[in-house]
Amino acid sequence: MTLQGLYTILPFDVMTAGTVIVMVMIAFYRHHALTLGLTLLTIAISFYWLFPTGAMLPRQVTPLFIIDAYAWYYGGILLITAAGVALLAFAYFNNGGDLKEEFYVLLLTGTLGGMVMAASSHFASLFLGLELLSVSLFGMIGYARNRAGPIEAALKYLILTGLSSAMLLFGLALIYVTLGTMQFGLILKAIAATNALSDPWMLIGLTLIVAGLGFKLSLVPFHMWTPDVYQGAPAPVTAFIATASKVAVFALLLRYWVEIDAYRYSSVYLVLSIIAMASMLAGNLLALMQRSVKRILAYSSIAHLGYLLVAFLASGNQAVQAVNYYLAAYVLTSVGAFGVVSVLSSSEDELDDIANYRGLFWRRPWTGGLFTIMLLSLAGIPFTAGFFAKFFAVLAGVSVARWWLVFTLIVGSAIGLFYYLRIIVALYAAPAGQDATPEQAHPGVAFAGALTLAAFAIAVVWIGVYPDPLIHFIQYATTFG
Amino acid sequence: MLAWLLIAPAAGGIIAWAVAPYGKRWARCVSLAAMLADLAIAITLWIAGGAAIHIGPQSGWLTQLHLPWIPSLGISFHLALDGLSLLMVLLTAILGVASVLISWRDITERVGFFHFNLLWSVAGALGVFLALDLFLFFFFWELMLVPMYFLISIWGHENRTYAAIKFFIFTQASGLLMLVSILALVFVHHGASGIYTFDYFRLLGTPMNWWTSIWLMLGFFIAFIVKLPAFPFHVWLPDAHTEAPTAGSVILAGVLLKTGAYGLIRFVGPLFPNAAHWFAFVAMLLGVVGIVYGAFLAFAQTDFKRLVAYSSISHLGFVLLGIFAFNAIALQGAVMQMVAHGISTGALFMLVGVLQERLHTRDMREMGGLWKAVPRVGAVTLFFVLASLGLPGLGNFVGEFLVLLGSWPVNVALTVVGACGLVVSVIYSLAIMKRVFFGPRTGAGVLADMGMRELTIMAPMIVILVLLGFYPQPLFDILKPMLGGVLGP
Repeated sequence: MTLQGLYTILPFDVMTAGTVIVMVMIAFYRHHALTLGLTLLTIAISFYWLFPTGAMLPRQVTPLFIIDAYAWYYGGILLITAAGVALLAFAYFNNGGDLKEEFYVLLLTGTLGGMVMAASSHFASLFLGLELLSVSLFGMIGYARNRAGPIEAALKYLILTGLSSAMLLFGLALIYVTLGTMQFGLILKAIAATNALSDPWMLIGLTLIVAGLGFKLSLVPFHMWTPDVYQGAPAPVTAFIATASKVAVFALLLRYWVEIDAYRYSSVYLVLSIIAMASMLAGNLLALMQRSVKRILAYSSIAHLGYLLVAFLASGNQAVQAVNYYLAAYVLTSVGAFGVVSVLSSSEDELDDIANYRGLFWRRPWTGGLFTIMLLSLAGIPFTAGFFAKFFAVLAGVSVARWWLVFTLIVGSAIGLFYYLRIIVALYAAPAGQDATPEQAHPGVAFAGALTLAAFAIAVVWIGVYPDPLIHFIQYATTFG
Repeated sequence: MLAWLLIAPAAGGIIAWAVAPYGKRWARCVSLAAMLADLAIAITLWIAGGAAIHIGPQSGWLTQLHLPWIPSLGISFHLALDGLSLLMVLLTAILGVASVLISWRDITERVGFFHFNLLWSVAGALGVFLALDLFLFFFFWELMLVPMYFLISIWGHENRTYAAIKFFIFTQASGLLMLVSILALVFVHHGASGIYTFDYFRLLGTPMNWWTSIWLMLGFFIAFIVKLPAFPFHVWLPDAHTEAPTAGSVILAGVLLKTGAYGLIRFVGPLFPNAAHWFAFVAMLLGVVGIVYGAFLAFAQTDFKRLVAYSSISHLGFVLLGIFAFNAIALQGAVMQMVAHGISTGALFMLVGVLQERLHTRDMREMGGLWKAVPRVGAVTLFFVLASLGLPGLGNFVGEFLVLLGSWPVNVALTVVGACGLVVSVIYSLAIMKRVFFGPRTGAGVLADMGMRELTIMAPMIVILVLLGFYPQPLFDILKPMLGGVLGP
């Protein structure tokens, strides 16, 4: 690798160095706030370097990475997510026992894994990034180790993610056997040149990859682990799983989906359409019966990935724009929604039952109001990012006349309203007796959580009212296709 | 000017919420001031609206505001006002003032947030009446739902959660159907002209094949008749109206239902003229079914508020009938009916509120003989009941008569059946008087009659209905320039 190459992947370098520095510092001197500060500093520097390195023409750095504005658009989303999760985790873990600092090391490596995936152009870097992310997540899920829930969730996640990684790996191997290369660029050329998709090994390989990635994206029918893990994991970590891991996988899929022009292959298209419709319907229907806010949000995220697939399956520029916007909106909203759960919880006690949210708005108007904004955004109501996200998804679907997908989206949204409104009803109901929410933490600590939520809420409303700058940026960042 | 119409309630709502901790009276005063300012702006626009401007193929537009919003998608912040919008804006402003006043003593808890929601739903409805960019229209269409949802679900009566969720899901789902139609229309237009635009005037006359126009028209049509509401999509209305607080019912019946009728007049006819004419018979049939069915159901109710709610379905059937008769007389009648129904039904809901405040029930079986106890309430109710049953000399009569006159040449049979609905409406209207105000007194105790505040709200509404009944010409003058655009050449 040349010096130029190292410069191009400077955000990776910063993240790697930051991880090591934080780790070494913890070994010598444990201090929660200082660790958080170093983590945020690392993220900020890495974020800063996205701009100069992303402004260059797309370039290949070793066979492993392709660095362009698109990869860094997702890098940016991941870094913002990581910053939000770090601040939420700070408030969440602050009162818990000792050994809270290692969490941030895992957060940094997980984020790095996601960024690597978004920029990967080779099976090796894809798998490396995915495993970096998954293994870090495993550690993060089980981090609140004095409670049974997180441990159970971590084990479930470990087993299922191991299984799905194995399937993915087998699929990758089959494709390598068929085509003799592991570089995406060469694979695309090989597929375009020959009729490789009719090769049975190739098809089996693709199926396995779809299943493996379906697990990571928690699409129906690979979604079974999602509610359990989301509910069991500490709330800030849930925010991270629900966003970072999905964004990284989707970023990768979209880039090669468009380049391969997979819309030509009707069988692939059909399978993904069925998955999309199943995700929208099953996610929304199963959410109706839940009592736990985290489970509701988990099922809602399954449905949202279904909506994303609608945008994804529409071909062309509309699709790319819609998916990019949708992911940004989804990330901001989900981190915000799980963030509210997080600031109301601590590592000892989670506020999860919907009954505990009764009258939250009257007890804590700001937190309740922010939660309302996030829920309305998830439901796709005007003045929020979710509204334009849904609008773009429908726009993309209509632009290529995918009526079935669009109608399923509408039906799904209508069902979805019901459970979002159920939470909102609880928020605005008359408070029932005792305040079930835990005492406010130290003002400074609570401030970190509140600040994060406020920032995310402002972002959600801002891109929900005036999306033009973001659209322009997306159009600039997605000129690869 | 147009922007201020929206800014006044929106800003007023935020200020009212902000000042509520310093005293409930402040929140109420701020809201009242905001709504009065809105009314003043609307009246100014009316007086100043002599010279029409040309901003599209149609003349008759009085003023407009055009700002870029999301240029990359051809979406702009385009507001404009013509006679129809002006009438609806005036109606909204009047009912807005009335609903703030009627809540003065009705709402005692969470006053700030209540007025925030009330004013924002009014702002959303005003936006719907003014928007001429289809995306903006959809934006406001969705926007007015959320505050109304909160009004019902927080300050409503016993079964409020159920009613609020039902209301929200019905209107939201049908709204999304309209969104699909809007987007498909935009793409059809893109296919024909190569430009992405959501602008009303550019989308007018978009060439499309027959079935496309039918499907797109149906998308709009369903969204609007769910809101109107017409049979068979009316089931959300009785619940929502009955459970909403008084001010919520007034805004819901007086303003939000009119957005459906407004949409039919403004969008369905002009955007899809051929499909709409082809579909007119079905629409008129639904209107007539609504008239008769709503009237019969109204008669069967024991809950006063539910009765008024079902009578709304019946009255709005006339609006649907009039719009789809597609001639000037029927359309004028439909608009007159919209205005008169907004005032009379709004007033009836307020009267139910007045009674409920005193008796703590809406069940008519527990009322009776109230005339002696509260003669003023009885007299005012008698007036609005007579208006509602279509007594000549009041606004509703003019509306219903013109609708029937206009639809006679189009379809005799439907007109006859619709006219029979009037008979049923006389029965249920007089039954209100009999059950509530006459007969033996069931309850005991002394009831306070209407006070100055309540009479002050009612007086202008009575005056308006009488004026509309005896001298409807100003309304038709306002409306006249825009009729050509709706009915086509």
